[in-house]
Amino acid sequence: MNAPTRLVEVRTKILKQNDVLARELRERFRQDGVTVVSLVSSPGAGKTALLEDLLLRLRENYRVAALVGDLATDNDARRLARAEVPTKQITTGTVCHLEADMVADALQGWNTDELDFLFIENVGNLVCPATWDLGEALRLVLFSVTEGEDKPLKYPTIFNTADVAVITKMDLATAVEFDAAEAKRSLQSVRPGIETFDVSAKTGEGMAELVERLRSLRGLGDASNQQEAI
Amino acid sequence: MHELSIALNILDVAAEEAERRSIGCVEAVHIKLGPLSGIVKSALLSAFDLAREHSALPEARLVVEDMPIVIYCKHCQAEQPVESIQELVCSVCRTPSNHVVGGREMEITALEITALEIADPEINA
Repeated sequence: MNAPTRLVEVRTKILKQNDVLARELRERFRQDGVTVVSLVSSPGAGKTALLEDLLLRLRENYRVAALVGDLATDNDARRLARAEVPTKQITTGTVCHLEADMVADALQGWNTDELDFLFIENVGNLVCPATWDLGEALRLVLFSVTEGEDKPLKYPTIFNTADVAVITKMDLATAVEFDAAEAKRSLQSVRPGIETFDVSAKTGEGMAELVERLRSLRGLGDASNQQEAI
Repeated sequence: MHELSIALNILDVAAEEAERRSIGCVEAVHIKLGPLSGIVKSALLSAFDLAREHSALPEARLVVEDMPIVIYCKHCQAEQPVESIQELVCSVCRTPSNHVVGGREMEITALEITALEIADPEINA
């Protein structure tokens, strides 16, 4: 016979540690006056190409830097270093996403108060990064025209946690018969009201508008409309 | 898959809470999980079974309470459930809403222990 059991009430967030650290990071970034933007997408959606172009455009007027997460290799950091801004690779080993402590560790030795924009490129993955707050002010979710219009419906959680959606590789839209209206319907279905930018890092299409959106974050403090995790 | 990482977090936090309350043996850890947490329940249950063996709570089962997605509907001026994670619209009037008030839960709610362990039960199971 099983012994009778009872419940002792505990109300604690499972990711308490990450949440506390992310909150501390967000406060530090606010005090340092650095606008932190993270990028999430599936592998190959064009995060690094987009980031390279954003860094080149923003560095004219701002002090910019980037952290890039990958399971292995520092190819992305080396690629971004061509934009001649500080970059650092976070190699996660077998971990499929970035966590707040990885960001905090990577920032050791960096004076974030000497930056205007810090970008954090998450590991290419449309599932796991959704769960971890990194202390960013704005989360961009990218998907490319080659991935299909229903990507948001397949990965609703990550799209729901994002503040802004960026449809990439627009230069290929015609070739792959991308249905932009259908893609927007999918996006609005999983994340009503989400702001969307159609861009091509290759041709520059839509990049000025996206840059303008990021510039609008400066001086406004935390412009995120991302909801506090419950 | 990030469920193993979540399972390890649950075991760590639960062990910490048990220790704080001088609980010796935890029979089960009860959690609330919302669909927007990004955690797959079945994967979490498997991961938890693997992770607990070498943890401070080797006997603990994981009991998951699935939470619904709830939005605040401006039109109804009320909190309303949604029917699908793929379509955040009020299930009553079909107005879209991004004001999510429930569904992101990732929370430990209770530790289940044998009734004899502490003389003063707070809640009976």
